[in-house]
Amino acid sequence: MNYDNLLSPVVCSIPPSGIRKFFDIVAEMKDAISLGVGEPDFTTPWSIREAGIYSLEKGRTHYTANAGLMELRQEICSYMSRKYGVDYNCKDEVLVTVGGSEAIDLMIRCVVNPGDEVLIPEPSFVCYKPCATLVGGVPVPIETKEEDNFRLTPEQLRSKITDKTKLLILPFPNNPTGGVMSRADLEAIAEVLRGTDILVLSDEIYGELRYDDEPHTPFSAIEGMRERTVVVGGFSKTFAMTGWRLGYAVGPKEIIKQMTKIHQYCIMSAPTTSQYAAVEALRACDEDVEYMCGEYNRRRRYIVDGFREMGLSCFEPLGAFYVFPCIKSTGFTSEEFCEKLLREEKVAVVPGTAFGECGEGFIRCSYAYSVENIEEALVRIKRFVEKYRK
Amino acid sequence: MNEILDILDNHGGKLTNAQVAKMLGKTEAEVAAEITGLEKEHVIVGYKTLIDWDKTDRDIVTALIEIRITPQRGQGFDTFAERIYKYPQVKSLYLMSGGYDLAVTIEGKSMKDVALFVAQKLAPMDSVISTTTHFVLRKYKEEGIVFNDKEEDNRQVITL
Repeated sequence: MNYDNLLSPVVCSIPPSGIRKFFDIVAEMKDAISLGVGEPDFTTPWSIREAGIYSLEKGRTHYTANAGLMELRQEICSYMSRKYGVDYNCKDEVLVTVGGSEAIDLMIRCVVNPGDEVLIPEPSFVCYKPCATLVGGVPVPIETKEEDNFRLTPEQLRSKITDKTKLLILPFPNNPTGGVMSRADLEAIAEVLRGTDILVLSDEIYGELRYDDEPHTPFSAIEGMRERTVVVGGFSKTFAMTGWRLGYAVGPKEIIKQMTKIHQYCIMSAPTTSQYAAVEALRACDEDVEYMCGEYNRRRRYIVDGFREMGLSCFEPLGAFYVFPCIKSTGFTSEEFCEKLLREEKVAVVPGTAFGECGEGFIRCSYAYSVENIEEALVRIKRFVEKYRK
Repeated sequence: MNEILDILDNHGGKLTNAQVAKMLGKTEAEVAAEITGLEKEHVIVGYKTLIDWDKTDRDIVTALIEIRITPQRGQGFDTFAERIYKYPQVKSLYLMSGGYDLAVTIEGKSMKDVALFVAQKLAPMDSVISTTTHFVLRKYKEEGIVFNDKEEDNRQVITL
């Protein structure tokens, strides 16, 4: 069979993620250390795991409602309300999904028509562009800059809006830069959007992992933005629950209703065990989150200090668990840097270009690793940088 | 100041001052001064290495002793407690609510060793009404650390 004629050209046109290829090499390499993985190194807190086990003992092995366990939807709404002061109705404004990723895909599928433009601040997580492309949307990258602290500025946004603009993605706190948007920054973005029909997909999966004094603000908390915004959240990063595959979307019932329809046909319902575990996470694990966040924060200071000490310019990330140092002084492209570093010093990091063309000249390092691991990686990277610095 | 305590509590004494300084965004000298201050104020009361003696050839027997006492007029539990904790064999001593008054952890070379200590030193003390000795058969977890649990990074390769 000639699959070239059989496969969807749109799907074939989508490149695989740029992150993966390095890690296939790492897996084979002895003594290699990685700062590559974008997931917490903590194991899910025991009380959450125990709640999952208990649900299995009780025989809760069936589907839940399509939109998710009512108990969990109630907890999600009360969490949004007590933490951020944004109220959602648990009956029709929440959808429990298989990770935040599913929610992103669903939202894009529900609102983007062929030819619609989707504004994507970059560097950012790898899935927005392909999701938009798959439904015939036109991804429009907006380059966020180090000198703007990798924030989206109202001027940049305004300059990219056309009469075809349908959706703005707000990926903050940001993977890979660690950039965050303050409430004032979000107000400025909201000001540009007021009076337009542009919808917003606010990917706030790292919302709980903030290291500045200002707490995270969901975009829907900004006046007038609730009606146009779907907020995507999840359990993976906040509660170290990546393997449980559980996220959610909250937003206007008109959009959630359509998202639930696709979810119902493709997924049925998110994993039941995970949903029971997540109820416990939202009810009783604030302290665990605080503990993990404190640990990340110390590693963050540690690694930023390490990069600056070796003379690389390193933006101070205020969210998520990544640093995004600039490696232009070595004269290598991001890809070259990562390949050579892996071959010569056996350290795996991710080239900035995996997150958009404007990531050229940067690398992403995760600090969801033990201090010992980070320290050893920094020693090796320093040796490498000193060897090649121009 | 609290954050230094958090770090020391989470990582034990394994980190150098330089490492702690980087984690806090402070200088090494500042961290050293703060730790010295905490030691002087006796907020940090000591440092200890946790050893799984079962993995060595040294025999150590641990026992938990419950003691019921009648407090003497004019002296509370404190004076009595002091007379107990001065023994080097006593590894911990707590004043308890509930069915007995003092919980003592004793370490000795053998069960006989521990039993003799209880019989000769603790039980005959004035005001002691009774003692109950429980020998520890196996330590699973101590000071928040699981003994037989070496955690490995088993995160797999994934795109994100």
